[in-house]
Amino acid sequence: MDTNGATTSSAAGGGSTSKSSSKKHSRKPVYSRFTQQELPACKPILTPGLVIATFTIIGIIFIPLGLVSLSASEKVVEIVDRYDESCVPSDYSNDKLKFIQNPSINKSCVRTLTVPKLMKSPVFIYYQLDNYYQNHRRYVKSRSDKQLRSVSDEKSTKDCSPEDKTVDGPIVPCGLVAWSLFNDTYGFSVNSKTIEVNKHDIAWKSDKEHKFGSNVYPKNFQSGGLIGGAKLNSSVPLSKQEDLMVWMRTAALPTFRKLYGKIEQDLQANEKIQVVIQNNYNTYSFSGKKKLVLSTTSWIGGKNDFLGIAYIIVGGLCLFLAVCFILLYVIKPRPLGDPSYLSWNRSPAGHPN
Amino acid sequence: MARIRKRSIQLSKLCSFACCRSSSQDEHAQIGQKGYSRVVYCNEPDSQEQIRLRYRGNYVSTTKYTAVNFLPKSLFEQFRRVANIYFLVVACVSFSPLAPYSAPSIILPLVVVIGATMAKEGVEDWRRNLQDIEANNRKVEVYDKSSCSFRQTKWKDLRVGDLVKVCKDEYFPADLLLLSSSYEDVVCYVETMNLDGETNLKLKHALNVTSFYSSAESLKEFRAVIKCEDPNEHLYSFIGTLYFDCQQYSLSPQQILLRDSKLKNTECIFGVVIFTGHDTKVMQNATDPPSKRTKIERRMDRIIYVLFSTLILVSFIGSLFFGIETNNDLSGGNYTRWYLRPDKTTVFFDPRRPAVAAFLHCLTGLMLYGYLIPISLYVSIEICKVLQSIFINQDQAMYDEVMDRPAHARTSNLNEELGQVHTILSDKTGTLTCNSMEFVKCSIAGTLYGRGMTEVEIALARKRGEQLTEQAPIDASESKKSFKGFNFRDEHIMDGKWVSEPQSDVIQKFFRVLATCHTAVPEVMGPDEIMYEVESPDEAAFVIAAREVGFEFFARNQTSIKLRELDPTSGIRVDRVYELLHVLEFSSARKRMSVIVKNPENQLLLLAKGADSVIFERLSKEGRAYEERTKEHIEKYSEAGLRTMAVAYRELDNDEYKTWEQEFLKAKTSVSADRDVLMDELACQIERDLILLGATAVEDKLQKGVPGCIDKLARAGIGIWVLTGDKRGTAINIGYACSLLRHGMKQIVITLELPEILAQEKEGDKEAIAEASLNSIKLQILKAKSQVTEESSTEFGLIIDGKSLTYAMDKNLVNSFMDLAMRCATVICCRSSPKQKAVITRLVKSVTGRTTLAIGDGANDVGMLQEADIGVGISGVEGMQAVMASDFAIAQFRFLERLLLVHGHWCYRRISMMICYFFYKNITFGFTLFWFEAYTSFSGQPAYNDWYMSCYNVFFTSLPVIALGVFDQDVSARLCLKHPLLYQEGVRNILFNWPRILGWMFNGLLSSIIIYFLTTNSITGPAFRKDGQVADYSVLGVTMYTCVVWTVNCQMALSINYFTWIQHLFIWGSIAFWYIFLVVYGSIPPTLSTTAYKVLVEACAPSILYWLTTLLVVIAALLPLLSYRAFQIRFQPMEHDRIQIQRRRPESTEYDATQRRLSESSEARTSSELPSEVRIRIDNLKASSKRKN
Repeated sequence: MDTNGATTSSAAGGGSTSKSSSKKHSRKPVYSRFTQQELPACKPILTPGLVIATFTIIGIIFIPLGLVSLSASEKVVEIVDRYDESCVPSDYSNDKLKFIQNPSINKSCVRTLTVPKLMKSPVFIYYQLDNYYQNHRRYVKSRSDKQLRSVSDEKSTKDCSPEDKTVDGPIVPCGLVAWSLFNDTYGFSVNSKTIEVNKHDIAWKSDKEHKFGSNVYPKNFQSGGLIGGAKLNSSVPLSKQEDLMVWMRTAALPTFRKLYGKIEQDLQANEKIQVVIQNNYNTYSFSGKKKLVLSTTSWIGGKNDFLGIAYIIVGGLCLFLAVCFILLYVIKPRPLGDPSYLSWNRSPAGHPN
Repeated sequence: MARIRKRSIQLSKLCSFACCRSSSQDEHAQIGQKGYSRVVYCNEPDSQEQIRLRYRGNYVSTTKYTAVNFLPKSLFEQFRRVANIYFLVVACVSFSPLAPYSAPSIILPLVVVIGATMAKEGVEDWRRNLQDIEANNRKVEVYDKSSCSFRQTKWKDLRVGDLVKVCKDEYFPADLLLLSSSYEDVVCYVETMNLDGETNLKLKHALNVTSFYSSAESLKEFRAVIKCEDPNEHLYSFIGTLYFDCQQYSLSPQQILLRDSKLKNTECIFGVVIFTGHDTKVMQNATDPPSKRTKIERRMDRIIYVLFSTLILVSFIGSLFFGIETNNDLSGGNYTRWYLRPDKTTVFFDPRRPAVAAFLHCLTGLMLYGYLIPISLYVSIEICKVLQSIFINQDQAMYDEVMDRPAHARTSNLNEELGQVHTILSDKTGTLTCNSMEFVKCSIAGTLYGRGMTEVEIALARKRGEQLTEQAPIDASESKKSFKGFNFRDEHIMDGKWVSEPQSDVIQKFFRVLATCHTAVPEVMGPDEIMYEVESPDEAAFVIAAREVGFEFFARNQTSIKLRELDPTSGIRVDRVYELLHVLEFSSARKRMSVIVKNPENQLLLLAKGADSVIFERLSKEGRAYEERTKEHIEKYSEAGLRTMAVAYRELDNDEYKTWEQEFLKAKTSVSADRDVLMDELACQIERDLILLGATAVEDKLQKGVPGCIDKLARAGIGIWVLTGDKRGTAINIGYACSLLRHGMKQIVITLELPEILAQEKEGDKEAIAEASLNSIKLQILKAKSQVTEESSTEFGLIIDGKSLTYAMDKNLVNSFMDLAMRCATVICCRSSPKQKAVITRLVKSVTGRTTLAIGDGANDVGMLQEADIGVGISGVEGMQAVMASDFAIAQFRFLERLLLVHGHWCYRRISMMICYFFYKNITFGFTLFWFEAYTSFSGQPAYNDWYMSCYNVFFTSLPVIALGVFDQDVSARLCLKHPLLYQEGVRNILFNWPRILGWMFNGLLSSIIIYFLTTNSITGPAFRKDGQVADYSVLGVTMYTCVVWTVNCQMALSINYFTWIQHLFIWGSIAFWYIFLVVYGSIPPTLSTTAYKVLVEACAPSILYWLTTLLVVIAALLPLLSYRAFQIRFQPMEHDRIQIQRRRPESTEYDATQRRLSESSEARTSSELPSEVRIRIDNLKASSKRKN
């Protein structure tokens, strides 16, 4: 046969190849399970059995998980106290903004919290802000990671405007985040005995070691015209300013808690804790709430019922679906894939052939 | 024989030396004028005149790009896509403060995607470039005047006017004028397979005046000027004049050797380069195949527009809220959110101009939610399609051993369209049949000879239930001495017995016609072995038949044909030489061929063969002796599925011939445009008053597996149209033989061969005929329609002939005709011309709006192949024209079954699933961003780190989806073929209809809601670890992103049906890669990794809550799809679900066995009926899809 030479590809173009000379070489595709698309494969099918089994297994795993999570959450003791309203003197209750913006007014405020149950050490102190958009794009961007990390990058403040520099030079730490540092403080005492608040190790370890430089000191901070929040001790390097680090870990949602400190002693049930709050931080202009939270933790973290409940709901739903399918199967046992559906499979008998 | 064959060579011309005469100037009026201005100074490529003309060199480049323009040009190609422009604009804007994320993170994925596509283009172009380099650097011997010898030169250095020497089996480097050859009669043989795919040899002939220049020395003196046409793409025409020795000689295609054809059977030739490089005819012919787009792609574009609208809507909503919030920052002269410093802000957040801020924010939103548009969609689909094509090419089940040809996907962009074919339009000869002709019967002088049974006859007999037991053994015993192309059994004629037949003189004449009236070239292979180089298999059958009977054609040159005949009186074999005077060649219009010869007795004879209709109308009064009987026989033959041809001759009067010859030669040498018409007319003049000798019947055997394949395709609910040039009877019988028409099927015949029409035709009033025909057709169509509507439970086969078809295509009738045709399971159009084939294809395509597939093997099918949505070429014996015009090439018709039902179905499923999934994954991701936005007062802060986002489409989700697009199979190939009805999924497009697409999009939306709200509620707020830390922005981002990666990949795992190690690797690998990425990215310095710094190692991994949340969210996000699928399989299983489950059933083994038995027995029967239940089911499916539409 002399016709084999034609390669379908060496078509009208100039590139006619002289393949006809090598016609002894067969063009039969080489067999491999891969090229013939016959690789060994698992072909899962949602048979009723598999469906029921899957749903049941999910249910069986999820409901206990949910219960365990719920119980862990139950063990956590949490005291939440909203103080932004009540820490405003009654004569300023109509104009809270004036109260908070007037530096000459004493902002001290005493709250009494009752410990509902024994709170085992460590007890974590959080402040919780509400309706506060730390995740706003303008806010999030307004910082300079370089500057925080090393002295040499002090001048890289391009994202920090308008809190980037003063007449005396660049602001360290620059930007809106640092500038709006939370400045309420809490003092705790039980039966007029002061409780120590440990403010160490409240920031991330990587923040202390890598993100905030140990030779970077605050400079020109809060020295401009408008003062935002807390001032920083300019003799302490940034790597030691844990409050700042915590604050600068911007929150994800407009309602957030941030770690304030730890109480490293047990708080007995029914103990009355006196809290002296310096209510400095302005949340009144945007009607945000401020709360003080004391909480223990368990393996799941803080008091978090949502996860447990969600697990139980999902698990329950799966069990419900499993039951539905079982019922369907019992009530209406339709054999799936009955050949009779594939009607052409019926014998075409009766045709005279 | 309505079969059209492109005659590349007209042997008539080689028999006449008239073309060598010098012709007068006025016949070459066109030379030198517009379009005919090329001048070649032979052997003087360095002359001033030649250089001044500045013809292009012989360097060819078929590449799309050059090194210089690659970058700009391919970039331009890339950015012609709407989506890519969008991403380019986004990338540009990302340098402005508008951008929600850093510029590199948006540019990198764009660069990767564009780079991948460009790399693909580049590699393809590089391959073309290598081919070019190879071609350009081939060596050829060029004459060097200074040394009077030939020296090796590269093709690319060849110039117009060069003299070259080409040796045996070499390719011609450019278009050459043949000067002389190693043969004395200055002929040479060429093979033009690279041009038109025809494998037979063609004879070229040089002018006699140049024939003496056959050595290097003599060439030194050779000077001539050629004036000829400008470069054009017509392979079979050439007009030019040679000015040589103060004489003019006209040139014809006969003297032209085209680039890329090959010299065969000739030691060497000398030629002058006329056209070089891109001026050559083959390069002028090189055009890109028409680019076809699939329906899925077109719909995909619409989906992208939908997504764009969603994107704009979402951004608009975001900006609206953002405007309100920003406006609220300034209330009653006080700045509310003082920590944002609204008093000293940029225009983007200015509460004093909230409208401007909102507008600018809208632009930010467009960038941020850009993840709704999958950036990598196009490139992924392209990659998948290329890989799918490789699988098609590699499929062993579509490899033909005999021809050594695997299937070949010539374009990769139509793969999924293969799964949606609604109608197949098929050629018959060479497609359904082998196109290897066997001479089986003949009718000579009104007597039937030949007693073999054709396959069609056997099939029909089986159908009637006749016993054929004794037939087979006879065949077997006799077939020992069988030749390819010969299956004639008759003891009255064979072995010289014809001598004793009553009409032996007629028999002698009959076979002499068969032995001389052809264009075959004999090749003596051995003492008793002669091969014939022929242009059509019919001719081979005739020549072989003549040889077997005793009229052996063994030699031919330009002026004579030599036969070795049995002398009836002496009984010895003698050589007879017939002087060949003229060949009046075959053409589709003429439908006949004749030769004028002078026999050894000095008689002038015209020997003719041709279609019965043309021959019969040219018979003389005395030549009609056997007309009636022969007609009867021809009718009978065509019923048996045979191709028939009438054979006749005429004795010519010497004077008449002389006058005619003069006229004819004159016409032949004229260069005017109407030369062909003139020659046809002259041929008509001489081809009259013929004397009928008889008729031949050759069988075109059915290809292997055709009935079974057609049966399967019919079961898959695909409508099949056969467009053939055959007569009605032949077509119907072939229809039965290959199970196009089935037992129990009702035939509707629409024809104009009705007594009243025929009566009118005799009167000859053309207008009246036309009107009557139209009315008749209209009536027949209406009648048929009512019949089809009444008997809706029976199957119908529609048979219509070409003439009726022209009337049915009338614009008033065409709709009702197509309506009728669509309701019939099979449509056979007989006696249709190539043009009609293309027109029908276009009509079917436009009227149904569904996918059409055309399949054919010959040049006459090219129009049809290009017109159809998919063109499938059969790379058979008829050359490569059809393959060149096709999108897919297969070697046998039966491979179509696998190509459609297996590859088509898979590819359709893969691509549609892939696109749906693509939209799903990007909507899931995009909407989590949107929900997060709602909690940042729509400030445009993305929920994730910039680099997480840019890697989403490129690293974490791309490979599984490509694996889906390349490897997924709902059911195995075996089951695809066993359950052809599965194919309806593609025809009705149920995997890619709007409900399904929107369903996936809704699923994406649902997933994003579940992911966002479950994660935020689970991990934010109280401490998320035992050490009292709370989850910040970076932790939430990581957790949510983890959930997205898990969910999206698990959804993929849920929705694919085929897990090989590849899928496992890609799906679980992508998830694992996310964690690896987090660790690696988190360990680079915080100035680069920003929020991702150590986030997994330090914050998330130690938190049990993080892992618990991941588990909860992923399962919860999978639940909707899982339960939907579970219910859907239960209550509305799709075809593939049924088959999958059935495969699982334990009793299926036994069931399979019965099934196999059944299918075997049905294949054993030549044709099997479509059980009525299947048909009803298909009808139901069709009806339901119609309702949906």
